[in-house]
Amino acid sequence: MLLKYFVSGLLIVSVAGLPVQPVFAQTPDDILAALKNDAAGSVQNFQGFSAARGEKFFKAKHGGEWSCASCHTENPAMTGKHAKTDKPIDPLAPSANAERFTNPKKVEKWFKRNCNDVLDRVCTPQEKGDVLAYLLTIRK
Amino acid sequence: MLNIHKNSCWPIAIAVLLMSITMIPAHADDDDDDSGRSMSSTKYTAQAGDTDAQNRRGGKSIGNSLDINAKLKDECGSCHMVYPPRFLSAQSWRAVMAGLDKHFGSDASVDAAAAAEIGDFLVQNASTKKRTSASGIEPALRITETRWFQSEHRKMDSKWKDPRVKSSANCAACHTRAESGSFKERDIKVPK
Repeated sequence: MLLKYFVSGLLIVSVAGLPVQPVFAQTPDDILAALKNDAAGSVQNFQGFSAARGEKFFKAKHGGEWSCASCHTENPAMTGKHAKTDKPIDPLAPSANAERFTNPKKVEKWFKRNCNDVLDRVCTPQEKGDVLAYLLTIRK
Repeated sequence: MLNIHKNSCWPIAIAVLLMSITMIPAHADDDDDDSGRSMSSTKYTAQAGDTDAQNRRGGKSIGNSLDINAKLKDECGSCHMVYPPRFLSAQSWRAVMAGLDKHFGSDASVDAAAAAEIGDFLVQNASTKKRTSASGIEPALRITETRWFQSEHRKMDSKWKDPRVKSSANCAACHTRAESGSFKERDIKVPK
């Protein structure tokens, strides 16, 4: 009897004491799959995403002042720094930051903002998918 | 067998005691939030831009605690320090919010719901003092364009280019507790 109550008591305590684990709506692979759908629907002869092309895109300035790497650094597994304000930016690579590419709304918001800043236009599903494919190849 | 083993309430009592210990910090947080504002916001000691001048004159401090709206902290704070709403007028904040897609050279646009919430918070907590107006006709979009900022920092012109300061938007370079909203004189450390 005692053991039964003790175990149930302990169980309550241990459950109550567990830190709340963040629940992510999606995984980066889900986001990549959604981008693939978009690209397949908008690009003729869609050949899939390329991490190599994504890396080139990520590090290029596209005729403007900034590249993606200007803030997220040449190694997206590292903590970045806002090019203008110096504010630290958490790592972008999912391997270094589990929160990245788990919220489709957030992904959409930042692609819109940052593509406008870097390219002065929105990015295509192909470009976004290439970049995410590249980011997914980065190991910590 | 000991008597204690027959008393089946003991384990539960121990469990409840342990749980109450783990819950103490949560209660402390609740106590902090005594202003009746949303719990999703963060406590922040905001002071009006002219508090320092008033303190020097021995006047009554008008510093107060302000819970910064969580959405504002998230949306604005991801790129720069969260500037206290009292550093600009309502008119200025409206103008800032209306131009987020071209926010000092960056696209900082937010969705309509976030824009409404953040805008309301900024306007409600904006400065009502004339000193936060710009010298020109247009509302000041930058805190550094306001008359009080320029007056408070009139001897600092040589410091803005200091690599440790970088720009006049970098409050925390000198106001060591700026991130938590304190701009008190005693927290200022200008790099020598």
